[in-house]
Formats: sequence, C-alpha cells, structure tokens
Amino acid sequence: MSRAAAHVSPMAPPRSFIWTRRVGLSLISLFVLVPVYVMVSSSLKPLQDVSGAFRWLPSGLTLRPYFDIWQTVPLARYFGNSLIVSGAATICSVIVAIFAAYAVSRYRFRGKRVFTVTVLSTQMFPGILFLLPLFLIFVNIGNTTGIALYGSRGGLILTYLTFSLPFSIWMLIGYFDSIPRDLDEAALVDGCGPLRALFRVVVPAATPGIVAVAVYAFMTAWGEVLFASVMTNDTTRTLAVGLRGYATQNDVYWNQVMAASLVVSVPVVAGFLLLQRYLVAGLTAGAVK
Amino acid sequence: MTPPTTAAADESQAAAADSGPPRSASGRRGGPGRRPRQAGRLRNLSLPYMLLLPAILLELLVHLVPMILGIVMSFRGITQFFIRNWTQAPWAGLHNFRIALDFNAPIGQALLHSFFVTCAFTALSVGLCWLLGAFVSLMMQDSFRGRGVLRTLFLVPYALPVYAAVITWAFMFQRDNGLINHVLHDQLHLTSDRPFWLIGDNSFYALLIVSVWKGWPFAFLIITAGLQNIPRELYEAAAIDGAGMWQQIRRITMPSLRPVNQVLVLVLFLWTFNDFNTPFVLFGNSAPEAADVISIHIYQASFVTWNFGSGSAMSVLLLLFLLVVTAVYLLATSRRRQDV
Repeated sequence: MSRAAAHVSPMAPPRSFIWTRRVGLSLISLFVLVPVYVMVSSSLKPLQDVSGAFRWLPSGLTLRPYFDIWQTVPLARYFGNSLIVSGAATICSVIVAIFAAYAVSRYRFRGKRVFTVTVLSTQMFPGILFLLPLFLIFVNIGNTTGIALYGSRGGLILTYLTFSLPFSIWMLIGYFDSIPRDLDEAALVDGCGPLRALFRVVVPAATPGIVAVAVYAFMTAWGEVLFASVMTNDTTRTLAVGLRGYATQNDVYWNQVMAASLVVSVPVVAGFLLLQRYLVAGLTAGAVK
Repeated sequence: MTPPTTAAADESQAAAADSGPPRSASGRRGGPGRRPRQAGRLRNLSLPYMLLLPAILLELLVHLVPMILGIVMSFRGITQFFIRNWTQAPWAGLHNFRIALDFNAPIGQALLHSFFVTCAFTALSVGLCWLLGAFVSLMMQDSFRGRGVLRTLFLVPYALPVYAAVITWAFMFQRDNGLINHVLHDQLHLTSDRPFWLIGDNSFYALLIVSVWKGWPFAFLIITAGLQNIPRELYEAAAIDGAGMWQQIRRITMPSLRPVNQVLVLVLFLWTFNDFNTPFVLFGNSAPEAADVISIHIYQASFVTWNFGSGSAMSVLLLLFLLVVTAVYLLATSRRRQDV
C-alpha cells in the first residue's frame, strides 16, 4: 500500500493542485481528529470537567476513569464475551469462506452463479427483517431441542460469522482467482488431494487476502449492536450493548464513557491499522477488480 | 508444468498423505490400484458442493430461512402472546400490509414519514461519503511527505467500533457540556441560545454528520484500491499528449473508476439505508421524529410493542423497495457502461 501506483507525471503537479490538497486534507484531518481528541482528552479529565461546559484543555489530568470503568459496569465480563464471540466468529467465518471461495474459484459446477448471486444479495437484506424470525427460530430451537442459542454466545457466534461470510467469500474468490491455477494444478498432478493443494499451495499464497478477511470479520462482530442488544442476556452481554450501561444512568459519567470507549476500541483499531495494508492489497486484488 | 517426479518424492507424498488429516485421507479414496488423476476427476463432481456446504447451511439458517419466515410472519397477527408458539398465531392476510400502507392512519403516516427521512438521510450521506472519499484518494494518489500518517489517520473512524465512535459524538452533541455547542455558542457566538442536537429537528443533521464521519473512510479505501488498478501507461500517454493534472483526473481517472463506483455507491446506499447501529447508539430506543430512520422505526414497531406481524410486514416492504431500487440501479448503470 505504501508503494501505491503513484502516476509519475513528468511535470510537477500544478500549484492549484498542491493548494487544494493542503487545504482540503487539513480540513478533513480536523474533522476526523476532533472526536478522537475529545475521546482521549475527556477520558483523562476529572468528573467536573465533563459535567460542566466543555473545555478544550482539562483542568487536571487523572487516570481515575480508567480504574472506575471496571466497577461502574461489569466491563471485564463484556470484554471477555466480545473477545470470545468475535474471535470464534472470525475463525469459523474465515475457514468456511476459504472452502467456499476455493470451490467457486477452482471448479465448474452447476448452480455456481446462483450461489454467488444469492450470497451477495444477502448483503442487501435489512437486518431488521431477519432479526425477528431469527429470534423466534432461536427461541424455538431452544424449546424443542434444548440447545440454547437465544441468549447464548453460541447463537451470537453463529449469527456474526454469517454476517461477514458474503463479503469474505466474495473477496477471497477474487483473491484466489488472482493466484495462477498452475500452482495448485501442479500439486494435484503430484498426487496431492484437493484439500492438501488448497492448504499447502493456495492458502499460503493468499495470506494477505485471508488476513484482510479476518480483520473484516472481527471488526464486523466486534461492532455489531442490533443483534447483540436482542440476542444476549446479562451474562452473555457484549461490549456493544454493555457500553450503554454508563449512559443510561441518571448521572452520565462522560469521562468514564470516553475511557471505556477508548479501551474497547484499542484492540480493533490497533489490529486494523497494523493490518490495513493487507486489507487494501486484498481489496485491490479481489473486490475491486 | 509437471515437476519431475522421482520415486523418493512419490514415497514422501504417500507418507505425508497417510499421516495427513483424516479429511484429505478420506478424500483420496481412489484405492491403491487407481491412478490419482482419475480419482481426482471422480471426486470433482461432488467436491465443490462439499466445500460449499458449510457456507450454504449457515446462509440458510441465518439469512434465507429467517427471511422466508419473515415473509410468512408478515401475513400473520403475531403479538406477544404468540412468541413461544408463533405457528399458532392467526392468519391475518394482507391486514398488516394494509395497516402499514394506510397513509391516512397514524401508523401508515409515521411509516411514510420515516421512509422519506431515510431517503433524504441516505442520499445526503452516500453523496457526501463518496465525495470525501473520492477527493481524498485523488489528492493522496501521489506521494508527499506525511501521506502514510494521513492515510492511517483517515482510516481511524472506519476502524473504531460503531458504538465507541457514536457515543463520542453523542457526548459532543450534548446541549450543556458538549463540544459542538461550546464552539458554536460560547466561542463563535453563532447561535443566540444553545441548540439541542439529539432531540428536535437538529437531530437529522447530527445523525448525518456522524454517519458521514464513520462512512467516508470506506469510500476512501475502495477508491484508493481502485486507483491502483489503473494502468500507469494511461497517465504517461496523457502527460505526453500535454494533459495537465486536472485533465488527467477528469479524462482518465474518473472514467476508469466507473465500475468501482458503480458497486461502491450501491453498497454504501444499502448499508446506509439499513443502518441501525448509528441511530440506535446516538438516540437510544426511540429516535426523534426528524431522524426517525426506517430501521429504528421498524425495531420500535416490533420490539417495543411486540407486534411482530406488523413489524415483519414493514420489513418486507423495505426489502421490496431495496430490491426494486437495486435492480433499476444495476440496469441503468450497466447500460450506461456498455454505451461508453
């Protein structure tokens, strides 16, 4: 990504372009940065600073909010739930997507187009349309078989892994297509089974795409609010819902809210920014083609 | 293409196959007498389906069956009494739809209002997201000092979990202790009084700003990726022909991006139209009327009043609308693409 195909024009960009760039990018940076600044600075402020009129600079710096957040709301439990749910959903989603994308990319079979079109069109469904029936299905599966999906982490994992699946499959198909077929065909000729060819040859060559898909799946699960707010109970609640615990009380501890927001953001933001070049490479090779 | 196969290689292959995971071992059922290629061809008939099976099952369970159920439910009168045994709920025929579409009665009126609010919100949000994304990726195509830092910074809103980002904005929009009113009223003296942002008419703009802040980096990401697929010879040829930077952008970059834009705008449209997370975190269970977008509206109609039949009917109408818009959009844009 850092080596973006910058077009080398023989002449330097005109002055008007440079100034548009300077002014435009400065304004947009400001727009992006202000909320980030508010989040970071407010999390270090004493309570009276965030209850009264807003102040750009804190009257004094304190780490209190970072200790208090764990008491006001059972944040550690929510955090654990989110980690388990998002982690499991990501792993399963990536594996299922690898299999499906390999089939579509490497085999000709009846119903291939139907499959890809159907999977992609699920992206269009309003979440609210299948929230109600899924809720009822989970409740009824629980009643008839005793498998608790409603209110459990398992149900949420199942739901989230399906959320990221369409985009993951779509992106991996493009990525696998860009890997020369000769590579895995050579492995097949050598007597490898198709699955061995997939895991020994195709998957290693597609690592950037797979990492990108994993990042996407994790972010999707970590940030989802709608299903989390309906499908969880007190013990399985994830961060997406749990964070509202600070805000629904009579006194809103905004410094704690900001501290908690920062704490729950760090794993995804750090992971995303570290792996973003894979995401862009994956998009370039796969989705955007 | 075929690497030389020596006896030693064959042996090691066989050994590896024996010790391999059970899946791959059972995949080679060809038996010792058959040649591997033949076995491979036989397997190929069912193998793709086996590979697709997990994905298909999951899609069925979480997307397709619930969607069909949702359509069935929209024809039934499901209320809180029938949650546990919803199949017992009475058939309601088109009753739910008739109520949702009766624009003279309060329910239909509210739905129509919510629909228009969502259309306006989506059009503005998608337009602004695309403009910002396209502008920034064009400006950052050539390398300059600090480009890497800026690119990382611009992706932060996209990387932040929705609730963390939106809660921060909710804090900024607070009437008495928020940043927005502090700047507008206390520092710039633009307003005579501190306006409310999260209730009343202003809530529409609050929602729009948050949505754009959160959404434009995705457009930036996709367009940046799209720009990298434009062959640089095009630019070189244009430069030799004397085309300036602005002309290159207009004549080469924008037309080359058309396929990317086609998909990007559609995806942005669908995501924004269906977006539940942003308004839900910003406003809570009940959105103010000016920002009563459709997803929140249906959520309220279903889970607050527990009237699932009516909620499902509204969802089905929403799906129909999205299907029609998507079909028309794809037809229109694909035709234009062929004409060019």
